[in-house]
Amino acid sequence: MTVRIVVLAKQVPDPETPPSQFKIDESTNTVIPPNGVPPVVNGFDLNAVEAALLLRDAGADVEITVLSVGSDFVMDAMKKPLAMGADRLVLVDDSGLGNIDSAATVKVLAAAIEKDGPYDLILGGRQASDWDQAHVTLGLAEVLGLPLVSLVQKLELDGDSVSLQRVIPDGYQTITAPVPSVLTITNELGESRYPNLRGIMQASRKKPEVFSLADLGLSSDDLAPKLELRKLYIPESNKQVELIEGEDEADSGKKLALRLREEKLI
Amino acid sequence: MTSILLVAERDEQGEISQSTVQAIAAANGLVDSVVTAAIAGEAPASASALAVEKVVTLSSIDDADLGIYDQATAEISALVESTSPEVVIFSKSDFGSVVGARLAFRSDSAFAADCIEISNAGDGVSVTRPVYGGSALAEFDIVSSRAIITLRAGAYETNTETGSPSIEAFESGVNVEQTASVTGTVAEAREGVRLEDANFVVSGGRGLGGPEPFSVLTDLANALGGAVGASRAACDAGWIDHSHQVGLTGKSVSPDVYIAVGISGASQHMAGCSSSRAIVAINKDADSNIFKEARFGIVGDWEKVLPSFLATVRELKA
Ligand SMILES: Cc1cc2nc3c(=O)[nH]c(=O)nc-3n(C[C@H](O)[C@H](O)[C@H](O)COP(=O)(O)OP(=O)(O)OC[C@H]3O[C@@H](n4cnc5c(N)ncnc54)[C@H](O)[C@@H]3O)c2cc1C
Ligand SMILES: Nc1ncnc2c1ncn2[C@@H]1O[C@H](COP(=O)(O)O)[C@@H](O)[C@H]1O
Repeated sequence: MTVRIVVLAKQVPDPETPPSQFKIDESTNTVIPPNGVPPVVNGFDLNAVEAALLLRDAGADVEITVLSVGSDFVMDAMKKPLAMGADRLVLVDDSGLGNIDSAATVKVLAAAIEKDGPYDLILGGRQASDWDQAHVTLGLAEVLGLPLVSLVQKLELDGDSVSLQRVIPDGYQTITAPVPSVLTITNELGESRYPNLRGIMQASRKKPEVFSLADLGLSSDDLAPKLELRKLYIPESNKQVELIEGEDEADSGKKLALRLREEKLI
Repeated sequence: MTSILLVAERDEQGEISQSTVQAIAAANGLVDSVVTAAIAGEAPASASALAVEKVVTLSSIDDADLGIYDQATAEISALVESTSPEVVIFSKSDFGSVVGARLAFRSDSAFAADCIEISNAGDGVSVTRPVYGGSALAEFDIVSSRAIITLRAGAYETNTETGSPSIEAFESGVNVEQTASVTGTVAEAREGVRLEDANFVVSGGRGLGGPEPFSVLTDLANALGGAVGASRAACDAGWIDHSHQVGLTGKSVSPDVYIAVGISGASQHMAGCSSSRAIVAINKDADSNIFKEARFGIVGDWEKVLPSFLATVRELKA
């Protein structure tokens, strides 16, 4: 029996963008896309793709669908999960969807899943590196009325259930969850694989399946925000570092300790 | 605004946590509001002196729910339905992040995670939260009749204000059947002080080059009576357990002194340590971002700097 897995993946600005290139247009409250740094699939979402692929590696018959909601998709970025080995890419692509809040995103994802489903597992990232809300995957479980386990670092199929490891502050819990369930995946799962040449070739031939809002029976009225962005800005830092310089590095180390004592810090 | 519900948490001793006391300070800063604190299980001794009007105990939430939080979500949703608070505040803990997010959808409320400020804005509230990994700050107006907020540790002072709240029990009668079940817990053994509570934190990053140097960091932490932290890069490399990770998706620490060794100071790392009293950076790259955040720094190779630093610390402590 094929296990159908949907992985929720968001296109985000590359979080490795050097701070000097991270700029905001304060008149529109938006991030100015840095020159020459293309967007990427959110890192934790690639961890989720990896989690699904590891199930396949372990011998399960899985079909992996990557689902994304947004606008201005950059296909080189969005096809990476396909190149890694995912089977399908489903995009809900509509102008304006790049700027909706998490409550609205959940509505669109739920509608898309209902149209494209049914699924056995829904995997999302623990949080998206643009707005850092860590909300969408958890909210989707609520809306779909499905069991939810967050911060999963290990995942195994076990008949009609899944065996999981869930990260907690000082270690992990082992958990058994039924299928279907919604899981959020965290980077402790391990690095996600690099696409190989064959994967890249296959992905280049695949076309995404695209829905508009209207295809899902939604209109922009359904997406009224609960949070309104009033101001987006880069905080000013007025910190001035005091560099400790000795005759050599060993001397600097000694002087640092003495300086901290002088300040009564140690 | 008329009423705020604050969901309290416990520390290791079972008493009200520091982060909850900080959340009370945030709540009391929103004028004219009646603050109720809810806590799972029996009220600990420290609950009777909290600076709130009322403490509500939720006895249906027990340890079996830890990590799954189905019962907690149901019970707190029921409490919210019966008391209709305009604002519900959680700590940005594992519990608060999951229950808060779920509650927002169950009660059709706005959700704002990891906030550093909550303020009145006209009839409603607005919040400030770091976004883009901490590279930017965003101010949001809540346009919903109810806001569910999680508050970052250290965002507000732990003040010593006290009160004499009434203590009541709440029971909705709802008993959800657990959808998933916890079959075991594997915890990292810890020696010495908890990272989150430490007055001194010595953290290592990718610049350490491997797992062995963490033993030098441990020696230094021991000499200072502190704890060892790490960047995500060091944890992901497997050099040290993830339970040591400091940052946006790791632990929040606010020690007197935070010593960052071979850490570049990415915004996502700083998100977990920027409320430290003094940050000390040891990094061989003078252009590294950590020097923009630090109060003291040495531009140099940690291998040459640390031995004499450790030796001098030991002399001073002797
Ligand atoms: C959504 C998201 C969440 C994240 N959450 C976290 C988080 O919670 N915590 C976290 O830490 N990161 C987090 N990150 C990752 C973060 O963006 C950085 O990639 C990470 O912090 C880098 O770790 P580092 O400073 O150890 O490594 P690097 O950035 O590689 O820096 C290594 C530093 O070591 C210095 N160095 C090298 N050799 C020496 C030497 N011999 N002596 C002295 N200095 C030396 C170098 O000059 C360099 O500055 C997150 C990222 C994302 C996208
Ligand atoms: N627009 C989107 N399209 C697809 N998945 C999303 C979208 N936004 C968020 N997600 C998923 O929800 C997770 C948490 O996102 P967030 O709540 O925005 O931090 C992400 O890691 C994704 O897996």
